[in-house]
Amino acid sequence: MTDAVALPPPATPVRTPLATRAAAAIPKILFWIYVGAFFVYLFAPLVVMSAAAFNTSRFPTLTPWLGTTTDWFAQMADDAAMWRALWTSALVALGVVAIAVPVGTAAALVLTSLHARARSVLYALMVSPLLTPGVVIGIATLVLWRQIGVGGGLLLIVLAQASFISAYVMLMVAARLQRFDRTLEEAALGLGATKLMVFRRVLLPFLRPALLAAALLATLQSVENYNTTLFVRGFETPLTVYIATKVRTGLTPAVNALALVMIAITIAGALAWEIARRLEARRAATPS
Amino acid sequence: MGALTARFGAGLAGFFVLLVGFWLAGLVLAPNLMMIDFALRPNLLPADVGGPADVYSLDNLAYLAGEPVHRDIFFKTVWASALVMLATFVVCYPLAYWLAQTASPSAASLVVLALIVPFWINEVLRTLAWYILFAFRGPLNALLLGLGILDEPMRWYGDGGVLVGMVYAYILFMLFPIYNSIESLEKAQVEAARDLGASTWRIHTRIVIPHAKAGIATGCVFTFMLAAGSYVAPALLGAPGSRWFTQIIYNWFFEGGDWNRGAAYALVLLVLCLAVVLITLRVFRVSLTDVAK
Repeated sequence: MTDAVALPPPATPVRTPLATRAAAAIPKILFWIYVGAFFVYLFAPLVVMSAAAFNTSRFPTLTPWLGTTTDWFAQMADDAAMWRALWTSALVALGVVAIAVPVGTAAALVLTSLHARARSVLYALMVSPLLTPGVVIGIATLVLWRQIGVGGGLLLIVLAQASFISAYVMLMVAARLQRFDRTLEEAALGLGATKLMVFRRVLLPFLRPALLAAALLATLQSVENYNTTLFVRGFETPLTVYIATKVRTGLTPAVNALALVMIAITIAGALAWEIARRLEARRAATPS
Repeated sequence: MGALTARFGAGLAGFFVLLVGFWLAGLVLAPNLMMIDFALRPNLLPADVGGPADVYSLDNLAYLAGEPVHRDIFFKTVWASALVMLATFVVCYPLAYWLAQTASPSAASLVVLALIVPFWINEVLRTLAWYILFAFRGPLNALLLGLGILDEPMRWYGDGGVLVGMVYAYILFMLFPIYNSIESLEKAQVEAARDLGASTWRIHTRIVIPHAKAGIATGCVFTFMLAAGSYVAPALLGAPGSRWFTQIIYNWFFEGGDWNRGAAYALVLLVLCLAVVLITLRVFRVSLTDVAK
């Protein structure tokens, strides 16, 4: 309440004393210290992890620095178990994309043709897997399939992951659908196209960018998933499980080498994604 | 359904409905219902399944309520997740505000790009990074000893380590929703408030936070859910004294061999998270449509 009272009278153009200016600068300085600390917090762990891949020490660390080497990369590349894990992850991701992209797209289309009340109920059900802890999704899938005698393994990993990744696809496709001009469909129908043709030649091409983005997101989500996969993996070892197991069974900088490769791919991917997004935004902004 | 058929024809519409039915019934509802079924049945030998002992009861839930160690770990997981949520909010809010309101567009897009990178790196690797940093003879202790801040190395693994690792892992689930919701706030509103003499604190509590409530609610809901359901951070950064509820659940499945009790514990976790979602949405008066954007 005293804020308004404490307000100085309208300033006459006199030079403010140095002390006042310094005092005014304090919040700004504090803010920049906070921003600096934030980014140190964000990147220091990744930098340390990456740098440790080049230390000859058998345990990944920077201290002490025993010598610089690239041997850990060779050791990682020779690790047959790592390649098997990568292959498992790739198979799972393929399965997840094959299920989640069609399912999520169908879900977005079904939502648009519903009335408000039914839509909000169905929508809540569809996004519920995103608000469910990953371990619960894994457990629920595991117990259901045990009833019919199917144990953990590739199939269950794919189904459990698809149950929540489909929701991401649905959201991305639904966002794109909002910008779709339905009169295009009517025009095509008026010109004698069948409904199937309209879907294939008008709607699908319009959705294509969203479908590609959704497939990419689904792949990333699938490869990096751990919590859900842990419960339904059976005797399979996807990449994240492999890395987590390594921590317990003998962590060497070879894992850091793998991490550095994954970080590099991630950065390249994030940059490509961002550039593509900006090009798209620019194209959308310029009237054609 | 009528509108769907009219638009796509019976064949395609039927196919869409089939896909959605497969997803919602087969992958979402049926597993959860079976989990509830499991949670309410006793753990029996295969020969006794379907026999006179195979009746529904709340025994598995009562076991959790009566077992002091598990009960304590459950409540600890709840409040620690709330703490993770609060800490993440405090860490993210100023940056989100700066990004959305005061940063120049080019600076903002550069920062967003820098933020995206750790976001795409998976949780196991992010946690592994902290595991290496926090090692007893690791870089953090070496740095602090070198600077003279510590006299002897600290044990970072434990509650503190888990908290730091979790805040780190979920920072962007909090930052981006808040950033998006502050971005739509008119700059003129903040300026007007300042011209009228409002303090920085009042500008935030009376204008920015109410405006950004949907984003704040979204960030809080996701962070809490992810923290409560986290397995990697407590497994890697924890100590024997800092066990997480998910670790107890895991043990029931893969070490204790009692899936029914494990399912009951998982059900409790699910109900907890759904309750937090519903209560948060009610308190912030936000609809589910705003959350999943």
